[in-house]
Amino acid sequence: MNENLFASFATPTMMGLPIVILIIMFPSILFPSPNRLINNRLISIQQWLVQLTSKQMMAIHNSKGQTWTLMLMSLILFIGSTNLLGLLPYSFTPTTQLSMNLGMAIPLWAGTVFMGFRHKTKAALAHFLPQGTPIFLIPMLVIIETISLFIQPVALAVRLTANITAGHLLMHLIGGATLALMSISPSTALITFIILILLTILEFAVAMIQAYVFTLLVSLYLHDNT
Amino acid sequence: MASVVCVFSSSFSVPLKEKKLMEVKLGELPSWILMRDFTPKGIAGAFQRGYYRYYNKYINVKKGSVAGISMVLAAYVLFNYCRSYKELKHERRRKYH
Repeated sequence: MNENLFASFATPTMMGLPIVILIIMFPSILFPSPNRLINNRLISIQQWLVQLTSKQMMAIHNSKGQTWTLMLMSLILFIGSTNLLGLLPYSFTPTTQLSMNLGMAIPLWAGTVFMGFRHKTKAALAHFLPQGTPIFLIPMLVIIETISLFIQPVALAVRLTANITAGHLLMHLIGGATLALMSISPSTALITFIILILLTILEFAVAMIQAYVFTLLVSLYLHDNT
Repeated sequence: MASVVCVFSSSFSVPLKEKKLMEVKLGELPSWILMRDFTPKGIAGAFQRGYYRYYNKYINVKKGSVAGISMVLAAYVLFNYCRSYKELKHERRRKYH
């Protein structure tokens, strides 16, 4: 049971060909581009959602930060759709791979930091020292703030990976337990099945929330640095 | 691929290369397949045609329903099942795997 618990997280290859690229690109098919003023229902729904999200998320930024709108909107669409597609049976979720999440988190975080250092150097450096600290605490606090700055991209990536992976693993385990209990005691299997349903609802929420949190934090780092 | 539709044709024979699949006779099928365009550009064109055929039939309509996108998702599930059949084979409830 241990081997096939983790088999769904292996990089998908078909006859030796890495088709993981195809699987990463699959959500783009589900978002057709709008051609007309009034589009079909699928595009209209997606347009409405993107406008709702972008207004809420980019409202706090100044005009310099709002140049990042396209990047952040495509980020939340990508993470949200990839996580939701991973809830389908037998599918592979690219966001369970730490490599991909690090590849998303580090460039975005580094972009905000470098932008902050380039445009507002004094203010960016001032972030390392909160106001009103006693003088003899300054060296230690600067070290702590530096560490907390460098941990931001790692935390972004690991948060997403761990949440999605843990959710998928839990569903595998509880599903397997339900099946095994069915022959022993159907009432316990029923309870376990209800737990599975609740967990699936949670996973749907988590899929979208994680996308939101990732994007929100990147935008927060951006806000600090513009 | 241009399909020649001869309604009032002086000559009743359409070249084999330009026939649609349903009009090809069974004996001509192998030569028809071999005459298709297998260059990368041709394959990309085939994918593009297939995509727009599905899109314009089920999604780009005035009252598209959930069936259009759920057929795509069902095909995705099936594709992933076929991809991981080798590992899933061992999880069946059989006496001898």
